[in-house]
Amino acid sequence: MTTRRTLEKERTETETENGTALPDGASRSMTHAEGANGFDPAARLSVAKAYKMFVGGAFVRSESGRYFQVRGEADGNADPDVVNVPRGSRKDARDAVLAAKGAADSWAARTAFNRGQILYRLAEVMESRREELQTALERGGVSGAEASREVATAIDRAVYYAGFCDKFQALVATSNPVAGPHFGFSVPEPMGVVAVVAPQRPALLGLVSTVLPVLAGANTCVVVAGTDDPRTAVVWCECLATSDLPGGVVNVLTGQASEIAPHLAKHREVFAMDVWSADADLRAAVEREGSGNVKRVRTHDESDAAKLTGETGQGLGFIERFLETKTVWHPVGV
Amino acid sequence: MSGEITKSGDDALALDFGRAWEYAPAPEATDHVTIAPRHELFVGGKWVAPRSGKYFDTINPATEDKLAEVAEADERDVDDAVQAARRAYDRVWSKMPGKERAKYVFRIARALQEKARELAIVESLDGGKPIKESRDVDLPLAAAHFFYHAGWADKLDYAFHGRAWRPLGVAGQIIPWNFPLLMAAWKIAPAIACGNTVVLKPAETTPLTALLLARIVEEAGLPPGVVNVVTGAGATGAALASHPGVDKVAFTGSTDVGKRIQRAVAGTKKKLTLELGGKAANVVFADAPLDQAVEGIVNGIYFNQGHVCCAGSRLLVEESVHDLVVRKLTDRIATLRVGDPLDKNTDVGAINSKMQLDKIRQLVAAGEEEGAERHTAPCALPSRGYFFPPTFFTGVAQSSRIAREEIFGPVLSVLTFRTPDEAIEKANNTMYGLSAGIWTDKGAKIFWMAQRLKAGVVWGNTYNKFDPSSPFGGYKESGFGREGGRQGLSAYTELA
Repeated sequence: MTTRRTLEKERTETETENGTALPDGASRSMTHAEGANGFDPAARLSVAKAYKMFVGGAFVRSESGRYFQVRGEADGNADPDVVNVPRGSRKDARDAVLAAKGAADSWAARTAFNRGQILYRLAEVMESRREELQTALERGGVSGAEASREVATAIDRAVYYAGFCDKFQALVATSNPVAGPHFGFSVPEPMGVVAVVAPQRPALLGLVSTVLPVLAGANTCVVVAGTDDPRTAVVWCECLATSDLPGGVVNVLTGQASEIAPHLAKHREVFAMDVWSADADLRAAVEREGSGNVKRVRTHDESDAAKLTGETGQGLGFIERFLETKTVWHPVGV
Repeated sequence: MSGEITKSGDDALALDFGRAWEYAPAPEATDHVTIAPRHELFVGGKWVAPRSGKYFDTINPATEDKLAEVAEADERDVDDAVQAARRAYDRVWSKMPGKERAKYVFRIARALQEKARELAIVESLDGGKPIKESRDVDLPLAAAHFFYHAGWADKLDYAFHGRAWRPLGVAGQIIPWNFPLLMAAWKIAPAIACGNTVVLKPAETTPLTALLLARIVEEAGLPPGVVNVVTGAGATGAALASHPGVDKVAFTGSTDVGKRIQRAVAGTKKKLTLELGGKAANVVFADAPLDQAVEGIVNGIYFNQGHVCCAGSRLLVEESVHDLVVRKLTDRIATLRVGDPLDKNTDVGAINSKMQLDKIRQLVAAGEEEGAERHTAPCALPSRGYFFPPTFFTGVAQSSRIAREEIFGPVLSVLTFRTPDEAIEKANNTMYGLSAGIWTDKGAKIFWMAQRLKAGVVWGNTYNKFDPSSPFGGYKESGFGREGGRQGLSAYTELA
């Protein structure tokens, strides 16, 4: 059971049975050890979800077989107290880059209008899964009111970037008044595969704020989700999977950024990186390793992610960071 | 003229003027130009001797004669310059209204125009480039860059879509030897227009025009320390890039050194822009106006002796016109005049240094060893100085060193293709992505190609055009950041 409505309904039933209100979010259905009377053999056992990474449009475990555990806070019935999340490896990162590279040309070749339609579709799907996203955030330790606000802002931000897909070009492109008989102009183009190390918090809004501008700019990406709340990232991937986003455009790994990010920095098919919530060592490591192919590396320290929550968390600048400028000249004459 | 038409090759006709087409020497007079025998560092508005007391020679690569000796800045001198720049930034330049900064920058532009002849001569003497290029390309463009950016200084509130901006602080700028004054202009003009102060490190083989520019800065009355020039070789550049007081590093040069600089600034908060090497594809379709294309090929690779990061050094010719283009190119390079850079008729001047000449020879030898066919212009070279004749290779494999590595000399590699898709595949098959050329009669094909070429600058039916209003810079390992245009201002500003 994964929707808010189901949870609320169940809570009501429990209240009727026991005659008392339960603490908000208390786990009720993951085992039969329920209620004051101990195991209830007739109760329905809910089906727990296996959390997987999202690569090439498919949900996958780590090739390494490794996992890490995330504890549930305010568990809200949906998960056991502890869930196993894949711990992505270097090989997983390379597979994800391959998927992102494979999707890059066709994503960039779509019309800007079409990319806008797809991002808007994502917003629609997020809206329809609003309660699920909110529950995921609450499980990650965010209060109900905060989670509700975060989901709303994240959906609005998806709409914002959907509408930006075919506008930023007109803002950043230039007609160049060169001193000679030439017509010259400069237009933005995607960089290609961008690796994003997502902010730890806000778990959902951080992903949306860093990944969607990269997509709006017609790049594809490999994302390392934060370890604080990887479950919300996976739920968001389910939104991506059910929107019209082609497989491989966004690939999300779970695991240790400090382990995966330096490999992405070394990877020659990754042209840019956006690294959030990184300590000084990780920032230095990705900047150093990125020099191997003159990577465009942006790093942010732990406090920077706080700026993503308000109006400062979106804008043309977020798109512009991962655009190349192509200048074209042609003679004018008869 | 006693010209006659002769057969050159199977069916192409070439004009053969015999000895009737020889040029009398037309040297640019140098009598009004005096080069001081010794040059100090320009730090904090003063000309100061290097702390180490060391000087190095700068020579004329066309004669191998010493032109002057130049101060070698060490870490202490770099530190003095960075501190002078910091003081100028904190006390004056960052607080000055844009319209006042603008007027200083306009003054520099005007002085460059007034001193253009002197600067062009010194540029050709120190670097070996033909005087007609120094005079007609480097100097006008350098002045235009200051003029263009001066006008931005009080309009920056419009430049970033209303976003708040601020200058970065002290910029450490390291520039190459191929366009010494022009690269100084590309670096200094946007930096100071946006309110930064700079420490410039010119290349060790071509320091003289940057020092003359420093003299102009002094005469224009800029506040002391806004522009500082420290001369020296790689160690001086490394000291500048790694100085903790530098907020921004801007580098133009080889990809190898660019990567080292990127590593050196990793983990610091320094901003970085890099304009690095290239191995540009110049793509000629069968439907192109071939005579114009051949002019473009020649301009693309032999301009400035091929010492151009965006040189069209890989010629991709549609297979059906390969033989015809090769014949036309063979005939055309036979007419190129190689020699005295100060002669106004010279097309190809001196190779910038012994080291560069050795590198060109080494890569040409590699091309021959790998089985490519060498075609070299039948020209006499001066007995002194560093010269290399215009050369191209046919039958070059994509995997060949001369198709992959930047030669940075008058050496072209010719490859073929059959379809536009193959042309794109081959053009983009390089770690570089600075520039590209397209020659075709079809407008739609130009745009189709331009969209797919992974290059920062794409020239359609033209090549090697530059303008301060036109952003220049690379994709991939050709670096990041742009110089020129509104886009170039981002390299020297922090946006809110």
